[in-house]
Amino acid sequence: MNRIKQRFEVLKQQGRKALIPYIVLGDPAADVTLPVMHALVEQGADILELGVPFSDPTAEGPVIQKAHERALAHGSSLRDALTLVKQFRETDFTTPVILMGYANPIERLGYQHFIELALDAGIDGVLTVDLPPEEAGEFNQQLGEAGIENIFLLAPTSSDKRQKMVAEMAGGFIYYVSLKGVTGAGNLDVVSVKQHVDHIRTLTDLPVCVGFGIKDGASARAVADLSDGVVVGSVLVSKMAELAARAETSPRAFSQAVSSLVAEMRDALDN
Amino acid sequence: MNKKASIDFNQMPDAHGHFGPYGGRFVSETLIYALDELESIYRSLKDDPEFQAQFDYDLAHYVGRPSPLYFAERWTRETGGAKLFLKREDLNHTGAHKINNTIGQALLAKHTGKQRVIAETGAGQHGVATATVAARLGLECHVFMGEEDIQRQSLNVYRMKLLGATVVPVTSGSRTLKDAMNEALRDWVTNVDDTFYIIGTCAGPHPYPELVRNFQSVIGREARQQSLAQTGKLPDALVACVGGGSNAIGLFHPFLADESVAMYGVEAGGFGLGTGKHAAPLNDGIPGVLHGNRTYLMEDENGQIIETHSISAGLDYPGVGPEHSWLKDIGRVKYVAIDDDEAMDAFRHLTRIEGIMPALESSHAIAYAEKLARKMDPDQTIVVNLSGRGDKDILTVAEIDGITL
Ligand SMILES: Cc1ncc(COP(=O)(O)O)c(C=O)c1O
Repeated sequence: MNRIKQRFEVLKQQGRKALIPYIVLGDPAADVTLPVMHALVEQGADILELGVPFSDPTAEGPVIQKAHERALAHGSSLRDALTLVKQFRETDFTTPVILMGYANPIERLGYQHFIELALDAGIDGVLTVDLPPEEAGEFNQQLGEAGIENIFLLAPTSSDKRQKMVAEMAGGFIYYVSLKGVTGAGNLDVVSVKQHVDHIRTLTDLPVCVGFGIKDGASARAVADLSDGVVVGSVLVSKMAELAARAETSPRAFSQAVSSLVAEMRDALDN
Repeated sequence: MNKKASIDFNQMPDAHGHFGPYGGRFVSETLIYALDELESIYRSLKDDPEFQAQFDYDLAHYVGRPSPLYFAERWTRETGGAKLFLKREDLNHTGAHKINNTIGQALLAKHTGKQRVIAETGAGQHGVATATVAARLGLECHVFMGEEDIQRQSLNVYRMKLLGATVVPVTSGSRTLKDAMNEALRDWVTNVDDTFYIIGTCAGPHPYPELVRNFQSVIGREARQQSLAQTGKLPDALVACVGGGSNAIGLFHPFLADESVAMYGVEAGGFGLGTGKHAAPLNDGIPGVLHGNRTYLMEDENGQIIETHSISAGLDYPGVGPEHSWLKDIGRVKYVAIDDDEAMDAFRHLTRIEGIMPALESSHAIAYAEKLARKMDPDQTIVVNLSGRGDKDILTVAEIDGITL
C-alpha cells in the first residue's frame, strides 16, 4: 500500500492530525537537506514535502522564492531530489515523501522516465503546482499505474464543478490552499477555511489538508481542528534563511533550528 | 502544403486553448477561476457588434488607425530586389503595436467592473500602452518591470509614472521580462477579485494567446486590404520580429490561409545563435512549460529557464507565444534570427535613408527583410511590420556610440 494512505489510516486510528512540513531541496546547501528531513521526522512530521527548485516559481511568495534561488545557485535539480530521497529511504522506510514543484523540470526528464526514477527512489506522491487537472491527464494516468499519488490543490476560488473534477482525479489527500495568494501570505480566514473544507468532504473520502498561511502552533491547531492535517512551509524556510544569512554551514544547526519549530506545532496539534 | 491548406486557422486554438501540443492552461488552481471568467466574458463579447464597434472606434479615433502601409522606395532601390513596404505601427498612439491589444483588454476589463489593472513589461512599450488606457478609463495601474529593464528603458519608466501608473521594480531571478511576468502572476493570484491582468503578448495561459492575437490581427487585416489596393495583389512575404510574438501573429494571422504568402518571424539572435546568449527559442530552444502555456523555451538540461540576451528589451524573453510554436512545427512560418549587430546596423540604415527611426525590436525585422529582398525579384513585394518607433531606444544607441546624453 502507498505510504501516504497508510499514514492517514494510522493517524485516523490514533485520532491525530497530519503534520506536513515543506522545505526546499538544497536550501541553502546540498548537505543540509537530508539531515533536516530526518530531524523533521524525529520531531513528529508525518509526511515530508520536498520542494524541487525551479527558476520561475510563480506560486511562491518571497520567502520560498529566495529558497529556490539559494538552491539553484549551486545547481540543485530534480535529479538531485530523486537521488536524495533514495538516500533518505536507506534509513527511513515509512515516512511518506512528496515532491512539490513545477511542470517544466518533469517535462524535461519526460513523464515516464521521471516516474521510473521516482519509483526507484521511493517517492510516494507528486504535487505539480502548474499542472491542473485539465493538463494532467496523461501524467495522472501514468502516476496511477505506478502507484504514486497525484496530489491536487483546491483553492477558495475553485468552482463546484472543478472541486468535483479534482476530487475524482486526486490521490493521497486534497491540498486545500487556504487563501488567495502566494505561499507565505498572511491573510488566513478560519471561517472560510471551514466552509470550504466541509464542502470538499462531501465530494471525496480523501483526507483534506490545509496549507498556505500557517505560521505557528496556534494557527496550525485552528486549521487542523477543521481538517485532517496542515502543511507548513514558509516559517520553516524563513528559519533556514535566517541561518543562511548568518553564513551558517553546519547541517546540525539547520536541523536544530527547524526541530524546535516543528516540535512546537506537533505539540499544538496533539494536545 | 495540402495538409496545411486543410487547416482552418480560425478554429485554433481548440476549446482548451491548445495549438496542437502547445498552449493550454498551466497555472495554479487559484487562477483557473479568473481565466474562466475572462474566457466567458471574451466569448460573450467577441462577436458582439457593439463591442466590436467600440473597439473599432477607439482604434480609429484614439490610436489613429488604420496605420499606413508605406512603400519604402529609397530603401527598396538601395537594397535591390523585392519591393519593401513598411506597416507603420510606429505611428500608433504611444508609438507601437502594443496599444491595439491594451485597448481591447481594457474594454474587457471595463466589462468585469474591476478597478485595478496590472501588466508586465520589458521594453516598457506595453507598460506605457497599459498605463495609457488605464489613465483614460480611470483605473488604478501597476506595471511590473525587471530592474535591469528599468535601467535600460528609463524614458518609458518616466512616461508610465507621468500617466499615473505605479512601476514596481522586480528584483527576482534575472530581473527582466520573464521575472516581471512571474511577479504579475503572483499579484494576480493575490488580488484576483478586483484585478484584471493585461498581458502584453500572445503568450500566457489560455485565453490570452487567442485574444491578444485577435486584437492584434487588425494589423494583418489592414495590411491585406492595403496591399490589394496599392499593388493589386497579396504580398509575397511578410516579416515581423518575434519577442512573445504579438506583432508577428497580428500581421500573419489574416494571411495564414493564403498559401502564396511566405512568412518570416525574426527572433533576437543576441551575440549570435552559436553563443547561447540570445533570445531565440524557436531557433535554438525546446518545448516546455512556462507562464501558463507549453511552448518552445530556452532552458538548461534540468528544465530551468535560462537567462536570455538581446540588445532590445522587448525581445529579451525565453519563451514565445504557443501559436508560433505550432506554426513552426507545421512549417507554415519560418523562424530566423538576427543578431545585435545586424539589428543595430538596420536601425542606423533605415533612419538615414528613410527618415524613419525603428524600435530596436523592429530593427530585427528590418535587417532580415533586407536580406530576403535581395534574394527576391523586383516584381515581388515584402510587408515588414515596423512594430514601434525607436525614440525609446535612443539612450541605448547613444551608449553604444559612447555618448552620454
Ligand atoms: C516595438 C516593439 N516591437 C516588438 C515587441 C515584441 O513583442 P511582440 O513579439 O509581442 O510583438 C515589443 C515589446 O516590447 C516592442 O516594444
